[in-house]
Amino acid sequence: MGRRGEARRQLTRSAEAVSRTVEATWRIEAAKIIAALSRYVGDFGLAEDLAQEAVAEALRQWPESGVPSNPAAWVTTVAKRRAIDNWRRRDRLDDRVAMIASEMEIAQNAAVDEPPWDPDTIDDDVLRLIFISCHPVLGREAQLALTLRVVGGLTSEQVARAFLVPVSTIQQRIVRAKKKLAAAQVPFELPPAEDRAERLSSVLGVLYLMFSEGHVAASGPDWMRPELAMDALRLTRVTAGLLPGEPEVHGLVALMASTAARFPARVRPDGRPILLADQNRARWDRSLIHLGERSLRTALALREARGAYTVQAQIAAVHAEATDVASTDWTRIAVLYSDLNRAAPSPVTELNRAIAIAEADGPLAGLRVVDELAASGALATFHLIPSVRGELLSRLGRAEEARAEFERAADLATNEREREVLRAKARRPAGP
Amino acid sequence: MKFMLIMRAVDQAAVDAFEKTDFEEIIAAMGKYNESMINAGVLADGAGLSDASEGAVVDFSEDDPVVTDGPYGELRELFNGFWIVDVSSQEEAIEWAKRAPLGAGSQIEVRRVTGPEDFPQDNEWIQKEQEWVAEGKLAGN
Repeated sequence: MGRRGEARRQLTRSAEAVSRTVEATWRIEAAKIIAALSRYVGDFGLAEDLAQEAVAEALRQWPESGVPSNPAAWVTTVAKRRAIDNWRRRDRLDDRVAMIASEMEIAQNAAVDEPPWDPDTIDDDVLRLIFISCHPVLGREAQLALTLRVVGGLTSEQVARAFLVPVSTIQQRIVRAKKKLAAAQVPFELPPAEDRAERLSSVLGVLYLMFSEGHVAASGPDWMRPELAMDALRLTRVTAGLLPGEPEVHGLVALMASTAARFPARVRPDGRPILLADQNRARWDRSLIHLGERSLRTALALREARGAYTVQAQIAAVHAEATDVASTDWTRIAVLYSDLNRAAPSPVTELNRAIAIAEADGPLAGLRVVDELAASGALATFHLIPSVRGELLSRLGRAEEARAEFERAADLATNEREREVLRAKARRPAGP
Repeated sequence: MKFMLIMRAVDQAAVDAFEKTDFEEIIAAMGKYNESMINAGVLADGAGLSDASEGAVVDFSEDDPVVTDGPYGELRELFNGFWIVDVSSQEEAIEWAKRAPLGAGSQIEVRRVTGPEDFPQDNEWIQKEQEWVAEGKLAGN
C-alpha cells in the first residue's frame, strides 16, 4: 500500500502532470458529467459552464491535494456546489436548490467509488447531449466545436488545434452556440418521433464532417489530421453504442474504421502523401479493419435498404479485401457507386464511379463519364475533375492535354500537399 | 495511439482473491469493464491467458534454448491477459487501467504499442527502410 501511494504521488506531483490527468479524465467522463448536470440543473448551457468551472478548480486543487480516487464524482460535486452558490447569490433559493442540496448530502455519504450519475438514465442523457450538440439551429462549425468539446471531452485548446483556428475563436463559437440554443429554447430531451430521422441524420452529418476534416484536411499544410478523424470515429462508436438499432450509425462506424485503417500507410515520414496504389497494405491497421467488417455486418443485418454511409462502407470494404489495386473488384465498386448515387445523389459520387469504370473497363470508358459530368457544369471549381481527367488522359498517352489538366487541378486545389502532388504529376512524362 | 494494458498477478493475494471469488462474478465485472471501453470507442483488442501452469517457457540463457513447463519463475512474472486501447495519450490509457476491476496483488502495466514514428529518423538505414515500407517494397511490416 505504501509503495502504491508513493507511486501515485510521483505521477501526480507536477501541475503539468495533473493537467494531463485532468484532460484524460475529462475525455473519458465529460459527456456523462455534463449530461448528468444538465438533468440536475435543467439547462444544458449552464451545466456546461459549471462543469468547465469545476475542471478549472480541479486544475488548481489537484496538484496540492492529489488526484481524487473518483475524479468524475469530485468534478460533479464541485459543479453542483457552484450551481447552488450561484443561485444563492442571486437570492433564488427555491425548491430545486433545496433538492439538489439534499441530494448532494446523500451523494457525499454514498460510497466514493459510486458513479456520480444515475446508471439507469445516463445513457439517455448522453444521447440527449449528442442530439443537442448537433441541433439544426446551430451552424456546422458550432455543431462541430460543441460536439468535440461537450461529447468528446476535448479542451477548447484541443478543438482549436484540430481546426487550426485561435482558441478565442472556438470559445466564441461555443458561447454563441449555447446562446443560440437558449434563445431557441431547445429543450434537453430526445427528439420527438417525427423529427428523429432528420435529427439523427444531422448528428451523423456532423460526425462524418468531423472525420472528413481530419481525413483530408480541406486547408492548411497537412495532408490529414488523424487525431480529429480518430475522435470522430470514437464519438461515432459512442453513438452506435447508444443507438444499437440504427443501421446507418453502424454503417458510419464501418466507413470510418475502414478508412482510418489505411492511415498508417497514407503518409511518408516527411509528411508527403502516399496514394492508394502505392500504399503498403501490410501497414493497414488490422483491428480497425475488423471493426469495419463487424460494423458493416451489423448495419446490413439491421435493414435491407442501405443508407449512404453503409454503401460507402461497402465500397471501403471492397478496397480493404483486395491485396492491391490490380486485384480490386472495380466492377463491383462501380455498381456500388451507382447505388450510392441513388441513396444520396452527388456529382462527387459520379466522379468516383468514373474512376471505378476506368479501372474496370479502361481509361476511355472512364473519361466518357467524367466528360459528361464536366459538361453538366457540376463541380466547375473543384480540383478533382481536372485531376481525374489528367490521370485518364495520361493513361491514354495524351500527354499535353494531361499536363494542362493537372496544372488546372493544382490551381484549384486548396490543400498544399495535394497541390504539390498535382504539380509533380504535371511534370512527369505520360504513360499508363 | 495504442497502449497495451498488461494485467499481472504480482502477489499471492491476487491468486487467493481470485480463488475466493465466484467465477461468474469475475466474468460479469470484466464484461462490464470491457463494455464500458467498447461504448467509449477505445477498445481495440484484448485477450485473457490460460493458467500459467499450462504454459511453457523457452529460455535463451544457455547456448541452446531451454524449454521448461510452467508454472515458472516468481509469481510477479505472471501475465494473465491484456487489453489494447486506442486513446489520445498515456494518461488516458492510465485512466482506463485504473478502472479495471482488480484488487490487491494485481497490477496493470501500461505500455505504448510502437509505430513507424518510433524509429530514429536520422539513421540512413532507418530512412531507407521507411521508404521501402512506404513504397510497399516489404511484404510484411
